[in-house]
Amino acid sequence: MSEQPVSCPREKRLWSEEFSVAAGEQSFVERRQLGKFLLLTSAAMFAGQLWLLAKNAFTERVHTIWPRKAVAMESDLAVGAAKVFSYPGPQDNCLLIRLDEERFVAYSQKCTHLSCAVVYSAGNRRLECPCHEGYFSVEDGHVIQGPPPRPLPRIELERSQGQLFAKGITVFGEEEAR
Amino acid sequence: MTPEAGSAARKRATRAMDGAMILLILLLVVQIWLLMASVESWLAGHRGVALPAAIISGVLFCGCVGLVMLAHRAGRTARTPGAGGVTPPR
Repeated sequence: MSEQPVSCPREKRLWSEEFSVAAGEQSFVERRQLGKFLLLTSAAMFAGQLWLLAKNAFTERVHTIWPRKAVAMESDLAVGAAKVFSYPGPQDNCLLIRLDEERFVAYSQKCTHLSCAVVYSAGNRRLECPCHEGYFSVEDGHVIQGPPPRPLPRIELERSQGQLFAKGITVFGEEEAR
Repeated sequence: MTPEAGSAARKRATRAMDGAMILLILLLVVQIWLLMASVESWLAGHRGVALPAAIISGVLFCGCVGLVMLAHRAGRTARTPGAGGVTPPR
């Protein structure tokens, strides 16, 4: 039994549903789709900028209240020695360093590049990130060398009756805004 | 309308769309760079960059919208009979 060709209106053909765009129109459709995709990406970039602006406006109004926390006794730390402590949260490791008899400094231990833990090199008098060889000054935490884009956040210290207290964090740029 | 005229109109429309797409990509590259740079600056403590960067990004976004509309109009013109274009098959 031979099959008879099925005639149906052009609109009803199955292939026209699968391939709804004529070959000549295909380039236009592809460009339109690309245009829409690019426009969506552009909108996402603009939304990102607006988010940054909103975050900027919000964080300028809210002042963080830092806790006061005892970190060490002065006598526990020899000159040139360093001690790891956590501030403000238990996961936020910081380094306390005794530069000389009277001077103590403390910084966040997170490298500003990719958050590796920095260590104190007493011989070179600098903080070193072992991951990508980023070096920070022990005096004020600024970047001496390497990929870190920003200085280390500095922990504000207070001395009281032979004890050291952490009382705040100064991030680079905030001291300029104050 | 002759097929040659329709083909020429289609070519013009395709070129206009190509040009619009290239400009769109360029604007987008600038926008991506701008966002990256402003986030980096913001994290570095330079809070003042957020507003001008947002304004520039908004202007670039408006440019992208304009280009997409231009490309759509070019494509529609090419497919409109009587305006140098052809009718798409149903």
